[in-house]
Amino acid sequence: MSSQDDGPKNPWGPSQQPPDLDELLKQTIDRVKNALPGGNSFGSAGLLALAFIVFGLWSAYYTVPSDSVAVIQRFGRYIDEVPPGLHFKLPFGIDTSTTVPVKRQLKQEFGFSTPGSTDTHQSSRSQNGTLETQMVTGDLNAALVEWVVQYRISSPSKYLFELREPADTLRSVSESVMREVVGDRTVDEVLTIGRQEIEIEALLKMQALSSKYVMGISIDQVQLKNINPPTPVQESFNEVNQAQQEKEKLINEARRDYNRVIPLAEGEKDQRIREADGYRLKRINEAEGDKARFNSLFLEYRKAPEVTRRRIYIETMQEVMPKIRSKVLVDSELNGLLPLLNLNTMKGSSE
Amino acid sequence: MKNIAQLLFLIILLASSILLYNAVYTVNEVEQIIVTQFGKPVGEPVVEAGLKLKVPFIQQINPIDKRVLEWDGPPSDMPTKDKLYISVDLFARWRIVDPLQYFLRLRDERSAQSRLDDILGSETRNAVAKHELIELIRTTKNRVPLEDTIASAAEAKLDVGALVPIEKGRQLVEQEIFAEASGKVGVFGIELLDIRFKRINYNASVRPKIYDRMISERRQIAERFLSEGNGEAARIRGNRIRDLDKIQSEAYRKVEEIRGQADAKATEIYASAYNQSAETIAFYEFTRTMAAYPDVIGDSTTIVLSTDSDLFTFFKSMNNYEQRKEK
Repeated sequence: MSSQDDGPKNPWGPSQQPPDLDELLKQTIDRVKNALPGGNSFGSAGLLALAFIVFGLWSAYYTVPSDSVAVIQRFGRYIDEVPPGLHFKLPFGIDTSTTVPVKRQLKQEFGFSTPGSTDTHQSSRSQNGTLETQMVTGDLNAALVEWVVQYRISSPSKYLFELREPADTLRSVSESVMREVVGDRTVDEVLTIGRQEIEIEALLKMQALSSKYVMGISIDQVQLKNINPPTPVQESFNEVNQAQQEKEKLINEARRDYNRVIPLAEGEKDQRIREADGYRLKRINEAEGDKARFNSLFLEYRKAPEVTRRRIYIETMQEVMPKIRSKVLVDSELNGLLPLLNLNTMKGSSE
Repeated sequence: MKNIAQLLFLIILLASSILLYNAVYTVNEVEQIIVTQFGKPVGEPVVEAGLKLKVPFIQQINPIDKRVLEWDGPPSDMPTKDKLYISVDLFARWRIVDPLQYFLRLRDERSAQSRLDDILGSETRNAVAKHELIELIRTTKNRVPLEDTIASAAEAKLDVGALVPIEKGRQLVEQEIFAEASGKVGVFGIELLDIRFKRINYNASVRPKIYDRMISERRQIAERFLSEGNGEAARIRGNRIRDLDKIQSEAYRKVEEIRGQADAKATEIYASAYNQSAETIAFYEFTRTMAAYPDVIGDSTTIVLSTDSDLFTFFKSMNNYEQRKEK
């Protein structure tokens, strides 16, 4: 029956089918034959019937793991979805069960692959993962984008019967959408500021396509991983970053010089103004003092001008005269004094 | 005799079971069956899943997929309207809608895939050659990109990071290819559901040039940053000198103003004291001169005094006393 061969492909291995059935059967028959001596005709017919029953029982039960549901088909026709646990079905291939892991969080990786995964659709089948990552941005630059799509199987019957290769289709859809989204953005947006926006837009577009394609898949998350400029260009992107840092550094240095000088100058300005203020107060106070002193002195002077004048004169002279070391007192009637006076020696002796 | 009857029974049983086995077949949910009699299709295709009957041995069953199928063409290099060689990878989804037609024209899926290769391949080439690369890459017309707050100042001026407006965009080009191709696959009993660009990349020979352009663009931006940094630093240094001069000159002005005011005030006060009358002026002159003497005359001064001077009036004789009294 060729139709059976073309049945729904289960990407998670064969459904619950007994392994090595013939071998087991032969062994059982041999064992029973040995147990019944003689081996008459009834024996072989009975054995055949027994084998038939054993095989029937063997293929009549199946278990569904807790993270899955099983889809049951009778003669290829969809009958039911059954929950996890032990179940029975009609034997001899009348009913077939296909387990679908609906609760498992599945993911597809683009541009990289986590080693040791059992899901063949998780990463690119071709060895050249860079083909997946190479993209052209909206300003016609190139970028390498790695991302992950997290999804679950939401409808097992749609997943099995609507599309032939749902997981492969999801890969294609994901690549196509990611390029569409990246193609609408500048390289700077893709590399730095637009990451979150890209994730959101890609998720929305993938969800729209998966429901349009009736894939039976619900996409939960799109996460961007490494996004890099192509290797030959990477150096120049670093240069831009360095230049940006250098710019900040230059500006900061200039600001440092500014800050070292200006607040000090402000302080010095205040200092000089305060000193000038001090001078002003000093001048005025001194003037006021001098004025007061003069006024009081003048008041008394007017009472006895002549004698006060003389007193002041004599007092001053008394103060001044002792300081002068060389004094020459000359008679008012004496003339021709100078030829006799050696001014130099007198000055010298005074020193 | 009994044995022969038994054998005959067994043979009949066997033959009828083989006959029965050949007369029934199952139809899976994912397929539809075309029953052929000596290679010629008989009746309508069986689309409902389940157990079905046919004439044994004479009729054959030909399962045909009912699901949505994928076509993933090989990537191929082609030039765009602006003469850029790009590698285009397309994928399409299709379905067999007229199984009889499909069966007659193509027989199996392998030939269907190869027809799709031909049709989609040539339509893609046509469409790509009619459009510039930017039309294949971009989707949204006049999209305004997000601006990087740090970089924007430098990049906006260099016109880097701006998106060139487009006329059609990726989706419209995809639709054009789809419209052209879906008309051509109809004759095979196939319906094309949609097509999408999976990958569009620069051809390996173009890539170095693209990289060179990217590098030079980045260098421009880097230079711009450096020059901005130096410019801003120079501006700050200028500010420093200007502010310093301003502060110092302000200080000087203020100081001189204050000192001037102080001197003026002091002068006013002195004037108000000394300038009251001719007598005060004379007295001031006298007292001030007297006050100045101790400072003016030091110990190195040589003084020649006459006995005529006021201080020594009585030094030479007492006679002056009477004269003075008369005065």
